[in-house]
Amino acid sequence: MSAPAAAPAPAPARRDPFPPNWPARAAWGGLALYALYAASTLEVTWERFVYGLGNGARFIGRMLPPDFSKTELLLRGLIESLEIAVIASAVGILLAMPVGLMAARNLMPRWLSWPARGLIALCRSFHAVIVAILFVKAVGFGALAGILALVVSSIGFIAKLIAEAIEEISLKPIEAMRAAGASFGGVVAMAVVPQVLDRFVGFATYQLDSNLRNSTMVGIVGGGGIGATLFTAFQKFDYDFVLAILIAIIGVIFAGELLAGWIRDTFK
Amino acid sequence: MAAPAPAGAIAADGRALSIRDLVKEYRPGQPVLAGVSLEIAGRGLTAVIGPSGAGKSTLIRCINRLVEPTSGRILFLGQDLAALRGAALRRARRHIGMVFQEYNLVERLSVMENLLCGRLGYVSAFRAWARRFDPADIERAFALLDTVGLGDFANRRADALSGGQRQRVGIARAVMQEPDLLLADEPTSSLDPKTAVEIMELMTRLAGARDIPVIVNIHNVELARRFSRRVIGLAGGKVVFDGVPESLTEADLNRIYGGENWQEAT
Repeated sequence: MSAPAAAPAPAPARRDPFPPNWPARAAWGGLALYALYAASTLEVTWERFVYGLGNGARFIGRMLPPDFSKTELLLRGLIESLEIAVIASAVGILLAMPVGLMAARNLMPRWLSWPARGLIALCRSFHAVIVAILFVKAVGFGALAGILALVVSSIGFIAKLIAEAIEEISLKPIEAMRAAGASFGGVVAMAVVPQVLDRFVGFATYQLDSNLRNSTMVGIVGGGGIGATLFTAFQKFDYDFVLAILIAIIGVIFAGELLAGWIRDTFK
Repeated sequence: MAAPAPAGAIAADGRALSIRDLVKEYRPGQPVLAGVSLEIAGRGLTAVIGPSGAGKSTLIRCINRLVEPTSGRILFLGQDLAALRGAALRRARRHIGMVFQEYNLVERLSVMENLLCGRLGYVSAFRAWARRFDPADIERAFALLDTVGLGDFANRRADALSGGQRQRVGIARAVMQEPDLLLADEPTSSLDPKTAVEIMELMTRLAGARDIPVIVNIHNVELARRFSRRVIGLAGGKVVFDGVPESLTEADLNRIYGGENWQEAT
């Protein structure tokens, strides 16, 4: 504590403005040590990394230049992925609305909100790819399995956000409508929906965006779409075609991002 | 006492309200209303005054059952409101308009949509959602907006209005119900003094035009004196004053609000 411009009055006791947080420091130190230990057990060594780099360079070399000659295969995969994403988003969002409403603890009795929250938690437990594997086993290869998998994850995500949005609304207009003799449905239509609508549009466009990305992935495990094409190309070592698919996916995701932004602006 | 009233025209005394031994305990053994009995005539404005926590708001909310009474009876239009459930309760509520301290409008809806919320007791959820309200109700809403001086505001969003304007919408929404009783819970407490007088005048005028009784919780004793034909003083969950405003003395106010020093400060 050196203070040249200090007041003449002597400081009564030295006060530390930034006291050290020893437990936090210990935790960071422990984390660093564990990371080193984990790396040693997994044989993550420098030599292994350098060897990997060389392999990666050869892989990239075989990818270039991208091969766009199988246009029909590429387009068919992309269109199927788009269809999977749009159908899954539409069905998922539609189903998520009642589930989200039921899960809102400020409007619903416990005996209804807890099962609904349980359903949401179940839908959110697994990644879409794992759910897709389950559905591929259940209903067979193809787009249906991918759609069902994405519907499940859409319900989990959207219903949770809807429930949270409803739990944050003002209850005062609801009180006024109940006082006027409104039924529950009337309250939902005029007091709940208007208060959550613009946030809901945001959730829905985000979910469409996210389903677009995930729809390219469920194909890898047999859920149809461009993912299936990608997986086949990998297995056939058609790395130049793989790169073409990856570029096409990036283009679609980018277009989806623009579309979602446009939808949000329209509804504002 | 009020005989069961016919559905159509209701005589003035048919709209009388009778509250008997009303008790409300939010926690057992701690009554907020400790046995309130009141006979309220079928017309005119009754002001309920009393300190915060005296049970004014609870009393008024027990009448339309936004608060569940613990015991007691509330007789209105030939029914015991305290005993109603489900659809019967909703039907009874359609006849009771309510005005709130914080207006309780849906901020994101237009003034017109907020007014039509007063008709939700008569309109199915689907028709409300599709905005397919009765054209006669819509006509009435426009006329009512002219009456409250908001004729040009029908398509404005409620959150674009000032406090006084919002309360006008709140009153118009209550009147849209074509109520047989108007309840108002601190309708002027969030407003400036001039607007508060205007709001009281508007409420008195609209209720007078329908010839219906009004019960108003109010903090401002002067407004209570000026607009009511009867003042009820509530303290500790009991009625400690009941009379015409002219008979309300300093001693009564001390009894209602407790202590004496508070009056010197004002």
